[in-house]
Amino acid sequence: MVRYALFAATSVAFILNTNPVIASSEIDLLKQQITAMKQDYEQRILALETGLQNAQKAAALAPQARLTNKPALRQNTFNPAISFVLDGRYASSSNSPDDYQLPGFSLNDEAGLDQAGFSVGEAELVISSNVDDRFYAEATLAFNNDEMSVEEIFVQTLNLSDGLTLKAGRFFSDIGYLNAQHAHVWDFADAPLIYRGLFGNQLSNDGLQATYIVPSDIFFQLGLELANGDSFPAAGNREGVGSWSAFINIGDDIGIEHSWQLGLNHWQAGHINQRGSEGLADSYAFSGKSRINGIDWVYKWAPNGNPKNRYFKLQFEYFERQEEGEINLLTNSADFDGKQLGWYAQAVYKFLPTWRSALRFDHLDSDNDGSNLPLLADAGLLTYGHTPQRLSAMLEWIPSEFSRIRLQLNHDKSYSDTDNQLFLQYTFAIGSHTGHSY
Amino acid sequence: MLTKKISAFLYCLSLLSLPLVHAKAEDPLNVFACEPEWAALATQLGGDRLSIYSATSAKQDPHHIQARPSLIAKARQAELLICTGAELEIGWLPILLRKAGNGNIMPGQPGHFSAADHVQLLEQATRLDRSMGDVHAAGNPHFHLDPYRIKQIALGLSKTLREIDPVYQTHYQHQLTLFIQRFDSSIAKWEALAKPLQGKKIVVHHDTWVYLEQWLNFDKVATLEAKSGIPPSSTHLSQVLEKMRATQADFIIHTDYQNDRAARWLSEKTNIPVISLSSSVANGEDIFQWFDGLINALLETTP
Repeated sequence: MVRYALFAATSVAFILNTNPVIASSEIDLLKQQITAMKQDYEQRILALETGLQNAQKAAALAPQARLTNKPALRQNTFNPAISFVLDGRYASSSNSPDDYQLPGFSLNDEAGLDQAGFSVGEAELVISSNVDDRFYAEATLAFNNDEMSVEEIFVQTLNLSDGLTLKAGRFFSDIGYLNAQHAHVWDFADAPLIYRGLFGNQLSNDGLQATYIVPSDIFFQLGLELANGDSFPAAGNREGVGSWSAFINIGDDIGIEHSWQLGLNHWQAGHINQRGSEGLADSYAFSGKSRINGIDWVYKWAPNGNPKNRYFKLQFEYFERQEEGEINLLTNSADFDGKQLGWYAQAVYKFLPTWRSALRFDHLDSDNDGSNLPLLADAGLLTYGHTPQRLSAMLEWIPSEFSRIRLQLNHDKSYSDTDNQLFLQYTFAIGSHTGHSY
Repeated sequence: MLTKKISAFLYCLSLLSLPLVHAKAEDPLNVFACEPEWAALATQLGGDRLSIYSATSAKQDPHHIQARPSLIAKARQAELLICTGAELEIGWLPILLRKAGNGNIMPGQPGHFSAADHVQLLEQATRLDRSMGDVHAAGNPHFHLDPYRIKQIALGLSKTLREIDPVYQTHYQHQLTLFIQRFDSSIAKWEALAKPLQGKKIVVHHDTWVYLEQWLNFDKVATLEAKSGIPPSSTHLSQVLEKMRATQADFIIHTDYQNDRAARWLSEKTNIPVISLSSSVANGEDIFQWFDGLINALLETTP
């Protein structure tokens, strides 16, 4: 259109302009005229744009009634937030994963090694929403191969009272630093050895939790959990309170670049009934009482307090457990008096906006005793002086907040045959935005 | 045994909760601002009556904050929360509010002030897909760079202050009148100063500046991030470089919390100057000084 108009206009100008003396040649004249028209057009367009922008400015100042930020109301407006996390992996190790042992510790069946080769690991479906003005609910369904399990499903109060929050349902315990985080958020593809040894990777509760934030300028949180005592490392209780735990967390910033959190925790179960574990040859069961004490510490640094481009994180957790009771293996039994402890320390460095690396060291020890040592040996509860250790290193690429590809190497001395493991883990989250916990 | 322990624990809890029972009228109102611009605006509107904590500084990317322990402690005690809204804080504010257990500042309460509810947003997404980067469904949330929108928000915020702290109504009314008078004359001054900047061609790192572009009549010719929130790729940067060789821009704008490598690289290749603008009010500055600083920095770089 514009071209035709230009052409027509220049032709008219050409015909009307019959005095060739003004310009040195007719072509030059034409060029000048075209340039003049171009400038004219540009000025007009600029005027239009300015007018448009002024109109937009006026619209910006329009009264509230004209705001169109509000989403349109649809049937599904109140659907809960849904996100889906795929945590696929490739695993390879020098020893067979079936040979895995952790001498001195009772393992549950979830605490072994990943099968070699490709697997979809654990996919998670998270559904969450405010229920009303008083409650928030969240459900996490985990898909592991062909099985689906309810990882978490709880309801939590929103505004019960100043700083007090109650939670009920099934939830990961808030003891320790890593325990309450979902496994795909962890900085490594596998749990620390002490989590594997004491909690079967992660301690889950069916019960109630109360947390209270003390009004103070530094973070000071108290928490108490009551559970039915039916999930590992408790077992066999369904009625009443079978296990309970308590924790204290404090934390603060130091200047704008440093922050820290320190936690102390305790867990205990008084009447564990027939907790099953795999022994060296046969499975065995523990009945009795168990107590765990722990301490966790996290420190983070980011230049200007801005973790988007670069940050550093240091993390340490220590747990010890005392158990007294009875071990049953086949038809034999023995009195058991066990003490197990362990810690891990890890450092994570995000050195570029899309790259992170980390190192971790695990160390465990145990001192188990009982009335029938050969039976404890069959159960894998004697260490013969071996202290399990593991060194892990990982490098990951994070193209966006929603995707991550990780390579991890483990030099694993969990048992006497040293194992070297490799994981290639790819984690993708789709759906609603998940939060950035500390 | 167990019940005894639990009741002892609950007793300790109740002891600890005693000192919090309620703030007296002469105590300042505790304000938790998600970003420093809202802390600065609240200072103008509340003066000494408010005790204000800013959760972030101008050097932090407000998209990428973690619910740190210190933030939970501050949110726990707040009587008023002032945030941008429009999903800018979606990664950390919902978690923070759930952890703090403070009913005063939950969404829907008078103590939860979301600035985006008071202005019209630009760049409202017509297509929501994560392949487009970190898109904000409600629109571009960096509207504090437009003084006209700041004015609208000031009206809303002052109203909220009067509602939740009615004893000091006349104080807030007075502060608001003073602020609007001074801000109006400042806007006129800034616009006069910024006349030579009209129509300048700019390159930005992230679309932080759309409202400033509109206000000062800039012509944005390129964005270094191909997708919002995703660090610039080398292919996209070379395309931008090609474009700059064809139409030279006047300056490249970048802010403190963004990685400046892409901006510096482009500047070295093309000799287009880089301006590092503070995307929000810095420590020790007020909101007037911040806008003064923005205009000055832009004028200094303009030949």
